[in-house]
Amino acid sequence: MQNEYQHTTSFKVSPLEEFKEAIWKVIETVPDPEIPVITLKDLGVIRDIKVSDDNAIEVIITPTYIGCPAMDVMSMSIEQALTEQGYKNVKITKVLSPAWTTDWMSEEGKKKLKEYGIAPPNQKQIVCTPDLFQQEEVVQCPRCDSYHTKMISRFGSTPCKALYQCNTCHEPFEYFKCH
Amino acid sequence: MNTNSSITTPDFMPQTPNPQPLTLYLLHLADSTLILSHRNSEWCGHAPILEQDIALTNIALDLLGQARNFYQYAAELINQNSNNERSKVPPLEGFREATEDSLAYLRIENEYKNLLLTELPNEDWAHTILRQFYFSTFQFYLFQQLQQNNDEHIVAIAAKAIKEISYHVRWSGEWVVRLGDGTTESHNKMLKAIDTLKNYTGEMFIAADYETAMNIDIDLLKNQWNKKVKQVFEEATLPYSLEDETTFHQTGGKIGTHTEYLGYILTEMQYLQRTYPNSIW
Repeated sequence: MQNEYQHTTSFKVSPLEEFKEAIWKVIETVPDPEIPVITLKDLGVIRDIKVSDDNAIEVIITPTYIGCPAMDVMSMSIEQALTEQGYKNVKITKVLSPAWTTDWMSEEGKKKLKEYGIAPPNQKQIVCTPDLFQQEEVVQCPRCDSYHTKMISRFGSTPCKALYQCNTCHEPFEYFKCH
Repeated sequence: MNTNSSITTPDFMPQTPNPQPLTLYLLHLADSTLILSHRNSEWCGHAPILEQDIALTNIALDLLGQARNFYQYAAELINQNSNNERSKVPPLEGFREATEDSLAYLRIENEYKNLLLTELPNEDWAHTILRQFYFSTFQFYLFQQLQQNNDEHIVAIAAKAIKEISYHVRWSGEWVVRLGDGTTESHNKMLKAIDTLKNYTGEMFIAADYETAMNIDIDLLKNQWNKKVKQVFEEATLPYSLEDETTFHQTGGKIGTHTEYLGYILTEMQYLQRTYPNSIW
């Protein structure tokens, strides 16, 4: 009798929102595989969490760049984090639309990037036009805060970054380019 | 090789029974991006300076990402289609479900539908830059059209990819100007590249049946592309003579008639999957 009683009280079906909230809490801790100082939530790639009637979980994620090789690792990390916390029936779905933009990055994420030495993305100012030699955005050096910087290359060590150099402290740095 | 604007599709398609124009078009888009991605990746470790080596491999990665999305969608359609047809036709020998990998690794040259431009071997830096500029400019205007397509999958891929393509156009266009308006040597290398590639741009603007069926406005594309190339060439002090209608254009890539170069790419790219079938990472 005792056991049965315990079972029925502990088996409390959470309201859907509470359940989702708990899942968000777990996912919030998953770091970005390439830039581990920020989380996937900071990055803005987790778009939604869906829970079906039988408590199957679907996490909707979107790639930063279309060929981003980190997507598979991201999916696995999310699945692993949830499984470790006892969640079952986890499915990760990748969507392309609406296309990811750096505007979705959290303020917290930007702060963490700067502390890590990567200049965070500016607010999106430039519409994506193919015009050559456009006026480059003013990017602040993450080390000395100077705005006197120059772009070395539009492309960097990962698809989401560009190479810059500070003219004041002369340190090279990476810029998480606005996209 | 012909210049006939009505290009038909060959009837041997072992992995795509009763292909729909949409499937063929997706394969065309995927193949062009995959093959150019492969050519660009051959530069890895060889570009003139490290930053540009990184730039070109980044572009290769973007193209590969596009190819994967197009292949995944094509595979979905092929599997749906073959399920519908399974009751009517006997199963193909060794047939298994199409996947992005089977489409990339198990089709032969004649099934590839990439533009000939993308499979030409790498020569010098000028050649690679010019090819990228031609292709990315074409993609930029094409994907603007695809964003208005009726198919929501295509719209999503196009909207995602065009943000990256605009980087490619700017990067390659800036290099065209830098080399064309640079030293005598770089200018001459650009002239040589223009000459080498001049017979391979026309194919972009000769519609295959599946492109016509997809309502691609190829004349609009051609005008936009010519205008852009002309504008950049003028800035680069390079002669622009591509509008000449008498130029002979190599064609056939869109329907599977390729240059001898594609076979060598596939031999290398498909070796592992053909030697150790079904191996995965």
